[in-house]
Amino acid sequence: MICNICNKNQATVHLTEIVDDKMSELHLCDDCARKKSMQMEQQFGLSDLLAGLVDYGKQLSSVDKEATAAMHCSACGLTYEDFRKIGRLGCGECYTAFAKYLGPLLKRIHGANQHVGKSPKGISEAAYSEVLKTKSPTVNELKVSLQQAIEREDFEEAALLRDAIKESESKMKEPQNNKEPEKKKRAKQ
Amino acid sequence: MKFEDMLDRTASWLKGSGPNSDIVISSRIRLARNLEKFPFPHWAKKPDSEQVLALAAAAFEKTPELKDGIFLRLDDFDNVDKQFLVERHLMSNEHAIRSSQKALFINPDENVAIMVNEEDHLRIQVMESGFDLDTTWRIMDSIDNRLSEVLTYAFKKEWGYLTACPTNTGTGMRGSIMLHLPALVMTRQINRVLEAIAKLSFTTRGLYGEGTQASGNFFQISNQVSLGSKEEEILGNIKGVIKQIIEQEEKARESLVAEHREMLEDRIWRSYGTLKNAHIISSNETVELLSMLRLGADLGIVVDVERSLINELFILTQPSHLQKFENKKLSANERDVKRAQIIRERIGG
Repeated sequence: MICNICNKNQATVHLTEIVDDKMSELHLCDDCARKKSMQMEQQFGLSDLLAGLVDYGKQLSSVDKEATAAMHCSACGLTYEDFRKIGRLGCGECYTAFAKYLGPLLKRIHGANQHVGKSPKGISEAAYSEVLKTKSPTVNELKVSLQQAIEREDFEEAALLRDAIKESESKMKEPQNNKEPEKKKRAKQ
Repeated sequence: MKFEDMLDRTASWLKGSGPNSDIVISSRIRLARNLEKFPFPHWAKKPDSEQVLALAAAAFEKTPELKDGIFLRLDDFDNVDKQFLVERHLMSNEHAIRSSQKALFINPDENVAIMVNEEDHLRIQVMESGFDLDTTWRIMDSIDNRLSEVLTYAFKKEWGYLTACPTNTGTGMRGSIMLHLPALVMTRQINRVLEAIAKLSFTTRGLYGEGTQASGNFFQISNQVSLGSKEEEILGNIKGVIKQIIEQEEKARESLVAEHREMLEDRIWRSYGTLKNAHIISSNETVELLSMLRLGADLGIVVDVERSLINELFILTQPSHLQKFENKKLSANERDVKRAQIIRERIGG
């Protein structure tokens, strides 16, 4: 028997694939089989396992499937279909948006769907906004301010901001600064 | 603390002390936490991710438990520097590969590391030497409590801490124990043990966590389920299983010493001899030989090499560490030479 993929070598591996309830047989040579199995490994990640779990034990009718596919989280825009594909939720609010389906899913994954562990100590709104205020500006925020200062031709302010950016960049990336020449050399190689 | 100084320092979890440290290398707990009102990292746009980074940095500054640590923006770190952090078990490979809008916080002892914007906004890790989940949890619990006073976590009473992947929902906790089980491997009992563990919904991984193979007789065992039990209960279950594995390994070691002493000593001394004298050594061979040397030290057969030094060598002989020592890019062959040199310098007599 000749390999179904390259049509050259002798087939030594015989695969049965079931796609959408249709069974097909593949006869492959060693080389093509290896390539195929690498593809399968890459494709079959955790998200596939999860996607399998999402629908497992629940024979969704096609009407149901359409209804769930259209469901989406109003906070972040992730659809249930996205979740099925990538196996990750988009934000905390997704848990509320998809609660009906996530409850049984969590039960299947963990054997339970009621949290009994610790909970956050909690923070008041005022305290949270205080944190937001006290945080030192990020380099990117500084860069935005710099751009704005240049646009309104406030060069004194711009000079201060430029120094602040330099300082916080060197603080963050001390190792990189010391090695700049080496990095360039590496890039050339 | 400075990033540049890390090469000359040793993480506290490598000191080779603590309960059962002849078999257990380290105890590690990680918590997944997300900030309310922000999309999870994989779904977030740049400004949101930037804000999460800023909030996290501000919160860490306010946390006494995280004093004197460093907050590293990974965006423009080069690969050697990022892999250096992976090799030290401070962050995941995933965090190194896709590193825009990502950061890593490390405390001076390197027993606390927090990945920002990995799969979840925060992945907090605490790691201690030996079999000591109680201490590890105590440290983790207090850091987590403090952070929850300055950050609003995504949390639902019914389902606990909300995570990007539903496999982490609930406590968001994974407890992992790194074990060195050479005798169970040599007596071919390891598969039986690992199969039994899998049935109890624990997972086994290699030295570097998810997706890595066990090598040099090292196994990382962790809980799979994170919802429906209290943190202490989950950790209690891990402790129960690990205790049994420790007993099995101890028995296997005793029987090796009693029945195959010459064979065992031969392997240990040959490993020691090669490590002391080799001028070219691959990373795989190093792990295998260090594993035997460590067994020799644990059994009191080799007395002149400290366990902490052996632990340290597992990290120092990794590719990025070698390149940082040399301060330049090294080919695979050059690394094998440098690796042998580093080992000879440290354990050669």
